[in-house]
Amino acid sequence: MSDTNYTLVDLVIAAASEAWRGDGEVLATGIGLVPRLAASLSMCTSNRQLMMTDSEAFVVSEPVPVGPRGGYVPKFETWMGFSRIFDNVWSGKRHAMVGPTQVDRFGQGNISAIGGSYAKPKVMMLGVRGFPGNSISHKNSFFVPNHSKQVFVEGEVDVVCSIGYNPERLPKGYTFDDIKFGKIVTNLCVMDFGGPNKQARLLSLHPGVTVEQVRENTGFELLVEGDVPTTPAPSAEQLAIIARLDPKNLRASALG
Amino acid sequence: MSKLLSAAAAVAQIKDGMTIGIGGWGPRRKPMALVRELLRSDVKDLTVVAYGGADVGMLCAAGKVKKLIFAFVSLDFIPLEPYFRKARQSGALEVMEIDEGHMVLGLKAAGIGAPYIPTKIGLGTDVIRHNPDIKVIDSPYDDKEWVAMPALKLDVALIHADRADARGVCQIKGPDLYMDDLMVRAAEQTFVSCDELVETEYFHRNAEEARYVFWERSETTGVVHIPCGAHPTSCAPLYGFDTAHFKAYAASAKEEGGWQGYYDKFIKGGEEQYLAAIGGAEHVKQLPLPVF
Repeated sequence: MSDTNYTLVDLVIAAASEAWRGDGEVLATGIGLVPRLAASLSMCTSNRQLMMTDSEAFVVSEPVPVGPRGGYVPKFETWMGFSRIFDNVWSGKRHAMVGPTQVDRFGQGNISAIGGSYAKPKVMMLGVRGFPGNSISHKNSFFVPNHSKQVFVEGEVDVVCSIGYNPERLPKGYTFDDIKFGKIVTNLCVMDFGGPNKQARLLSLHPGVTVEQVRENTGFELLVEGDVPTTPAPSAEQLAIIARLDPKNLRASALG
Repeated sequence: MSKLLSAAAAVAQIKDGMTIGIGGWGPRRKPMALVRELLRSDVKDLTVVAYGGADVGMLCAAGKVKKLIFAFVSLDFIPLEPYFRKARQSGALEVMEIDEGHMVLGLKAAGIGAPYIPTKIGLGTDVIRHNPDIKVIDSPYDDKEWVAMPALKLDVALIHADRADARGVCQIKGPDLYMDDLMVRAAEQTFVSCDELVETEYFHRNAEEARYVFWERSETTGVVHIPCGAHPTSCAPLYGFDTAHFKAYAASAKEEGGWQGYYDKFIKGGEEQYLAAIGGAEHVKQLPLPVF
């Protein structure tokens, strides 16, 4: 059952919500509007066992709609201040979807700084935040609203904030299987690192997008196997849930 | 056994070259009045440990920071802290850039008197490459390598609490205490500013009140009563953060002499003048709690 009355961001949210399918009872953290809506949608559809927070200090029994709350009162079930978030991270029972500024062929992400030198970066951003701990503790997915070579860089990212599948950086006693990666969802396509030796792989193209277009906007080699399927359109059920979770349509401007 | 003192007296305990920890998280429950007092002082060459927001930005802008130990510096709704960025991009700042969880473990190690805590965090990333002082070690128990996160010992911790009594019993009723308790235990001395100064009897009303006290009073060195002392950051449930003030602060970084202008307008004249300049306690009390 599909509905033609949807926008690209709805399709992206629906595609991203698939990242948590099969994860079981883990904490889903979506950093930013689209990942948060995707996690929320998943909790209502593809993985009803998911846990989410109110984006502050409590686990809630159902996803909290984004934007002004109106009369909505979050359904708190467990205190989850930041200190407990780290306990959860280190347990491995979490899957975060985050938005790095740079991603490389190893799946390493950067949100710290770009250009210049480490001592004197050209553009300082946030800092490594929780990327190092997240990436070695639990599964992570990426959301990229502007698929381009600026994001998907040719070499290594400028500051390696999250561990990926770089053989030169693999810690002693670890194999690639110790590092869990979900999906990369962009405005053009869905990818993962499911190729041989964890090579980046194209999983589906959004309607109207070509393989060439993705290749032109990606700084590294992508594995393309046979005919690449089209990313499924969101179902009427998914669209209704997205509309309920984002009643003010904040997502309209989420892809820039 | 009163531990009450003025902000100036508290800040006078901070000497050049000391390592200070600042409680709160980003734009939330930062001891901003104590930070402003520090900005008014002559202290320099500080090492600052913080889940940083405008506290770090202001101290960077004023040239107080020699070394910053951080995982991020952000105002959240304004993701990039402008004065921190300037300092970092000028190459003037010595940094120890670590994971948010490293900071938890480093503070914990300091609190329990351990030289380090082993962790997976940082393996395979540039945190290890750029921080030669963070050692990667073999384990006596398995064949993996581990990051030995060193203790982050603080000379002084600065914290803002909702309320405290004069003996240093401090209560935080907001939804999150962040890592304030770890900061307190990692520090030689802890100075707590509080919105409300209460009699000890306040805590006797029912046992629930004591459940919002996260360290015992022996950890509190001094108490400074500063209503609205977290402004422009939030002190939920008492008040939210001041988005308009933060926007003006961030905008000042784009102007020539912007920091000096901000300093002259808000900080230079002392805390009483600060409160008047921002619209008084009434303005602060009506700041809505943030919705995420």
